[in-house]
Amino acid sequence: MKNEKKKILFGEFVTGAGLARALEMGAGKVVDEVKASKLRGRGGAGFPTGLKWELTAKQESDEKFVICNADEGEPGTFKDRLLLMEQPEKILEGMAIAGFAIGAARGFVYLRGEYIYLRKILEDAIVSMTERNFLGKNIQDSDFSFDVEIFLGAGAYVCGEEFALISSMNGYRGEPRNKPPYPSEVGFRDKPTVVNNVETLCYVPYIVTKGSEWFKEHGTQASTGTKLFSVSGDVKHPGVYELELGITVNQLLTEVSGEGAKSVQVGGASGLNVAEKDFDKPICFEGLPPGGSIIVFNHKRDMLHVLKNFMEFFVEESCGQCTPCREGNYRLLEGVKMLEKGECSVRYLKELEALCDVMKDSAKCGLGQTSPNAFLSIVENFKTEILYR
Amino acid sequence: MTTGTRAVADELQEILLNHEKDRTQLLPILVDINKYFGHIDSNAIIEVSRYTGVPIGEIHGVITFYSFLGQKKRGRFVIRLCRTISCDIAGKDQIVRVLEKELGIHFGETTDDGVFSLEYTNCIGMCDNPPAMLINDKVYGGLTPERVVDILDSFKLSEYQDMFGYGGVE
Ligand SMILES: Cc1cc2nc3c(=O)[nH]c(=O)nc-3n(C[C@H](O)[C@H](O)[C@H](O)COP(=O)(O)O)c2cc1C
Ligand code: SF4
Ligand code: FES
Repeated sequence: MKNEKKKILFGEFVTGAGLARALEMGAGKVVDEVKASKLRGRGGAGFPTGLKWELTAKQESDEKFVICNADEGEPGTFKDRLLLMEQPEKILEGMAIAGFAIGAARGFVYLRGEYIYLRKILEDAIVSMTERNFLGKNIQDSDFSFDVEIFLGAGAYVCGEEFALISSMNGYRGEPRNKPPYPSEVGFRDKPTVVNNVETLCYVPYIVTKGSEWFKEHGTQASTGTKLFSVSGDVKHPGVYELELGITVNQLLTEVSGEGAKSVQVGGASGLNVAEKDFDKPICFEGLPPGGSIIVFNHKRDMLHVLKNFMEFFVEESCGQCTPCREGNYRLLEGVKMLEKGECSVRYLKELEALCDVMKDSAKCGLGQTSPNAFLSIVENFKTEILYR
Repeated sequence: MTTGTRAVADELQEILLNHEKDRTQLLPILVDINKYFGHIDSNAIIEVSRYTGVPIGEIHGVITFYSFLGQKKRGRFVIRLCRTISCDIAGKDQIVRVLEKELGIHFGETTDDGVFSLEYTNCIGMCDNPPAMLINDKVYGGLTPERVVDILDSFKLSEYQDMFGYGGVE
């Protein structure tokens, strides 16, 4: 943690306090409290966590599951790595509270293969939590039992998408599928399943102990709480910062010693490129995408080179299932290569922008729907820099 | 080495028996085989199919889906250098040149002695300490040419040959 102002996640914490409080409150009240906090998912999509739990809690089923999404693969994101490394018990406690709230007895951490060096830390935390009866059978003498296992990924960005993640766990190719049904109805082993991001789960023990009103003191009306930002690129102090949602790009840059930036990629490759003129805009669910990846570019950087790097990423990581994404990203990359050679006309660039709109509307999952954002925003912000070079 | 020879077949069976006979164990099984043998050959695929009941064609489909799994043998140490933007602007290209020069191979290749493979990977979540790479299960950030050479030297075969299942010098 870079900033000394310890807000929520890196503040005081006693393992098990949240779980004990949850057991006192009862499952229904836990769901209500999380709903009242207006906590929204920190994995990108921003779905209200309490509502997700409520939908899953309602399902009648002999078995339900909690999955912690630790597939963190969005370029420029590493905040979950830090949580996994330094706060594994908080993650597990959040999972147990989720399990209690929805009526699940088993949870999984889907850990990206690239993070295999964190497995031991998680395993040790599971053992230690089980020894202290914060996991395992009859937790704290209640009739609630909950076990957690680790499921290792094998190198595929798209597996972070919740449907793809579930397919991957079910033993199929990690491909997204059409919705509905949602995981809350048909998930792991076709049973009702809650999928939450690592960071989302970490706020939960605080919300149940300190209350939703306290949580709402942070952030904005529609984006409550704080957010971990992964800051990299041309800044003096790269690292993870916990900041209020609703912070402007300018404020953030001051916080991380990134003054003098040419542009900032907010929300990773699938987020938006933000130029100086927009640095006063807030980062939150109602503003710039709050995924947490912040990549800063200084005035030396060639933005076409940056764009090419992002498009290569999407071409490589597209699962290839649907045409708009598979072909679209390929065409966009080709367009970037034409721009590099000064061979892309203004007219053709317009065609590519129209293609972007088609991709946004018709791609099956978030990957293909958001990959045009980098293209559109960089082209828009730096048209004179990249055309006819 | 193919998984068809007797000793190897025993090891393969041992990996299988560590997992439930269930489709949800398919990826964990493949990950273990890939880690132990350095790849998943056609004999292993047949055995996995027999054990889990998943058709061979679908197992192929799953293997090709994941960048860490492969049917072609990789080196004992797979070096995966991040090529995503934060590493790229932090001097990734220089690290590419050091690795290629030191190992005498290009990216996408394996050294003749089967010790090192060079690959690119996308963001590995080390963007705060770039450029970064993975070597098998370990991560290395803040790479400089000198550091890369030191790291490669530390992977001298003699120290590591027992660490991986298909050990011994071939
Ligand atoms: C291509 C793609 C990749 C994703 N990768 C991740 C990821 O690495 N981690 C994550 O938590 N969510 C990721 N998501 C979002 C998940 O689909 C899902 O919304 C999230 O895990 C739900 O948890 P939350 O509500 O707590 O955010 C990704 C989505 C898409 C479309
Ligand atoms: S949008 Fe892309 S990643 Fe998503 S399902 Fe379609 S091809 Fe696959
Ligand atoms: S960009 Fe290389 S680790 Fe993230």
